[in-house]
Amino acid sequence: MQNRERAGLLQSAGVNSGRRRVVVTGMGIVGPLGLGVENVWSRLIAGESGIGRISHFDPSDLPAHVAGEVPEGPTAEGKLTLSEWIPTKDQRKMDRFIHMGLVAATEAVEDSGWKPETEEDKCRTGVMIGSGIGGLQTIYDASITVHEGRARRLSPFFIPSALINLVSGHVSIKYGFQGPNHSVVTACATGVHAIGDAARIIMFGDADVMVAGGAEATVCPLGIAGFCSARALSTGFNATPEKASRPWDKDRDGFVMGEGSGVVVLEEYEHAKARGAKIYGEIIGYGMSGDAYHITAPAEGHYGAYRAMRAALKSADLTPADINYVNAHGTSTMADDLELEAVERLFGDDARKLAMSSTKSATGHLLGAAGAVEAIFSILAIRDNVAPPTLNLDNPSRESVIDRVAHTAQQREINVALSNSFGFGGTNASLIVRGV
Amino acid sequence: MSEIADKVKKIVVEHLGVEESKVTPDASFIDDLGADSLDTVELVMAFEEAFNVEIPEDAAEKITTVKDAIDYIEKQKAA
Repeated sequence: MQNRERAGLLQSAGVNSGRRRVVVTGMGIVGPLGLGVENVWSRLIAGESGIGRISHFDPSDLPAHVAGEVPEGPTAEGKLTLSEWIPTKDQRKMDRFIHMGLVAATEAVEDSGWKPETEEDKCRTGVMIGSGIGGLQTIYDASITVHEGRARRLSPFFIPSALINLVSGHVSIKYGFQGPNHSVVTACATGVHAIGDAARIIMFGDADVMVAGGAEATVCPLGIAGFCSARALSTGFNATPEKASRPWDKDRDGFVMGEGSGVVVLEEYEHAKARGAKIYGEIIGYGMSGDAYHITAPAEGHYGAYRAMRAALKSADLTPADINYVNAHGTSTMADDLELEAVERLFGDDARKLAMSSTKSATGHLLGAAGAVEAIFSILAIRDNVAPPTLNLDNPSRESVIDRVAHTAQQREINVALSNSFGFGGTNASLIVRGV
Repeated sequence: MSEIADKVKKIVVEHLGVEESKVTPDASFIDDLGADSLDTVELVMAFEEAFNVEIPEDAAEKITTVKDAIDYIEKQKAA
């Protein structure tokens, strides 16, 4: 047992091995379904879609015209009025992905009620919010300034506006959190890696509270054009945007880009209990792997996904039979069926009892924020015993014994959930959460 | 107040997000108006752009108050 405990510190052993437990005490979302965790969740469960025609710029010249943009409007309607979150004069010092991260982090921190007063408490509170891409629009604008021969007119805020770790920086400055200040960049796996790594920072004892998640805002000409060039985006549903994101459906033709952020407040269990914090759930498993195969495509059989999920189960001391719900990476691309195959292989006969859905069907793919938003959905699935639906799954391209929760949400017992995120470069991460 | 002074004041209000009444001639960008060193770099750029003048680094360093900015620009414009 002692050896096992020691190993646990290094590689995150099971729940029962005496490691510090990490719970979720605050959550924040801003995304295509709107502002606020409860608002977004109820719209998701109701089967609403956050996908529409791109409004941030005119997409007519590009093959893809649809995306999931954050709705703007009154806070009371679950929409974003940015000036209520970030003073106007500060907004132009940050790219939009930082706006998104700050909004979700503010919501999460305020939801958690954690307000460290002492130096010691501030130093035990850290931040780890990542982004897949960072300040793409800012870099685009700055490039034009330089191209026009106006390099001396480049804003002094250009670099800090574009840097990925500046979400973590701004959150720490806003709240005085002086603990570990870190950031993750693993493309579309960023959100899961950020939460998993931040949980380990707490388990290892480097902090008691970590604000963790991902932020993204690449619904901009470079972002859409770049993913179009890689033939990654849906282009066949420009006239019916809400039909464009259709994981596992035979008519799917690429992912739909979304923007926004998901942030959670992670806290050491005893620390949370001692201050009477509300506890949403517990991070009990985390697994990672690399494909070592191709820069954008997973290999046949998706053994990378399989190994990430298997590692997460091992770290949680669980078997596949313990998992009730999987929030799939499921981006509405050809890779959906490879993930399905990997889940079937791992779960064997237990796959028959499993519910697995892709909430990207409603939100689009938030890239570096996706894993964080979907970890929150997984926690809420446990809280409410509801599996959120996979919209537009009219005709699966591949049959499966796994219930993919087509069209409408399902009330079912969910005690433990697993959330997958995979990124370009062949990076895979799985997170396991349960109720407390 | 001169046209230049009016325009300087407007730029300061806009960039630093402060009340117009606080932008007095003696107000220091950093000590009184909440600017940091990057804000002052950006302010000087905004002055250059708005008044079509060049403000070299060593001159920019000496512009610390609203009056400093107005005086410098008026002198450039008169020259």
